[in-house]
Amino acid sequence: MSESLIEERFLSRLTDGPLAIAPGLAHYFVADASGAECIIRVAQSAPKGFIEKVHILYVPTPGENALITALYALGAKQFEHVPTIDEAIIKLGDWLSDAKMGSQLYLAGTEGLIGKAVAKGEECGLDHTAVQCEQRGSLARRVQCVHCKTMIENVTTQPTKCPSCDLLLLVRDHYSRRLAAFQGVCINAEDPSEVVEIKEVFK
Amino acid sequence: MSASDNLIPVIVSKVVEVNSIIKRFEFKHINGDALPAFSGGAHIVVEMIDGATKRKNAYSLMSSPFKLGQYAISVRREDDGRGGSKFMHEKVVPGMEMKISAPVNLFALDLRAKKHLMIAGGIGITPFMAQMTQATELGLPFELHYAARSASQAAYMGSLKAQFGDAVACYCADIGDRLNLEALLSDQPLGTHVYVCGPKGMIEAVVQTATNLGWPAAHIHFEHFLSPPMGKAFSVHLAKAGIDIDVGPEQSLLEAIEASGTPVNCLCRAGACGQCETQIVACDGDITHNDHWLEDDQRASKKFIMPCVSRFSGKRLELDL
Ligand code: FES
Repeated sequence: MSESLIEERFLSRLTDGPLAIAPGLAHYFVADASGAECIIRVAQSAPKGFIEKVHILYVPTPGENALITALYALGAKQFEHVPTIDEAIIKLGDWLSDAKMGSQLYLAGTEGLIGKAVAKGEECGLDHTAVQCEQRGSLARRVQCVHCKTMIENVTTQPTKCPSCDLLLLVRDHYSRRLAAFQGVCINAEDPSEVVEIKEVFK
Repeated sequence: MSASDNLIPVIVSKVVEVNSIIKRFEFKHINGDALPAFSGGAHIVVEMIDGATKRKNAYSLMSSPFKLGQYAISVRREDDGRGGSKFMHEKVVPGMEMKISAPVNLFALDLRAKKHLMIAGGIGITPFMAQMTQATELGLPFELHYAARSASQAAYMGSLKAQFGDAVACYCADIGDRLNLEALLSDQPLGTHVYVCGPKGMIEAVVQTATNLGWPAAHIHFEHFLSPPMGKAFSVHLAKAGIDIDVGPEQSLLEAIEASGTPVNCLCRAGACGQCETQIVACDGDITHNDHWLEDDQRASKKFIMPCVSRFSGKRLELDL
């Protein structure tokens, strides 16, 4: 039964794709180390004057320096690097609370960064069509157990065990933008003795 | 079903001359009942029986959505129009019985907005009057930018300033006061929705400017005020009903279909909502598409027509009705 329960497509997730410049008054980029090169790629192919409207928030991997320098060298209007994704999200909220209509948000990096930044953008009134994502690095998912509401970070297996209520969860492709997480639903609720093979699928 | 199927009998309770070109009409239910509830931006369709001709025009409700004892609309006199506004101005007097449709809203405030930015041109002010009352009552932040040819033609400008103070900015072209759209739309907080109602050129300018600045389409709302254009008379065959109908020069195709008793959908009667989209069975001639609904390829295919505003000239037009 587990096979048929695993959905093929993401429906409610933002489309991943190579970031492309959209018309806008201001362009906000948020990336972690796995997404830094996406910003550099976009900036290098951008028309003249674009970089003066760019704001970059960057979360480096500890100890890494070269990408910070490379991003700084782009000459954006505003560039900041912060140690963690959570701090980046708080900073993004500060930036967006002063932002104007016509702002575009570009996200590049891991699922965790993208998910949280998308939720923050939505909270600040940014329409989802003004947000682009390019997922890089690990495909590990952030999952919320729908039964006990625990958030489980870095899920790579299907199904996965909830660390808090111990249920075996099917990681659905239903993605909540508000929670920035996928839904995990008990896979063997009718017959808890049913054994379901656990496979590593989100690498 | 369309909103104008179940008409409400009303009595004209008041007619006010607002200025040389605009009159306000107030309607009460004939039994004194409360009229149906609506939200700011809604319009009603007013049925006008002018001798043998029956016309139906849509007008935005400007009265408070919180006062359902009466409705108010304002009508600008269009002397070269097809006679609807002229009829309202010349023939409609207090005490007269008329029929109106229940309100339909194709221009509602998006309540998720962090701010409502309203842009009105001329008589396009009316839907915003109901919306501003609603926004004030609900505590929603809004701003109105109202452009008109001259202060004397700008209906309600003075009273709006008095009522809503700094939330209202006025621009009168005759004294060189112009609304700078680019500056206005470049300086709105994230989460703002913009609403525009006025002449075609103004709507296009707002939509275009906002889009170029990177505003998402979902944050741009507009209402076209288009009374059905006149033209030459033509006839049409309704295939399912098996009848031929004649469309008079001042009549819209939609009105002619309705007059024949054939069911047809409609809401806005202005080529904007898409409800009346009708399939063409056969067309030997030219269609003047006056709507804002069909895509260019649909027009070129000669397979669709919006009977509320579009017309035909040529040998034969057969509709799937
Ligand atoms: S009735 Fe709305 S498009 Fe014709």
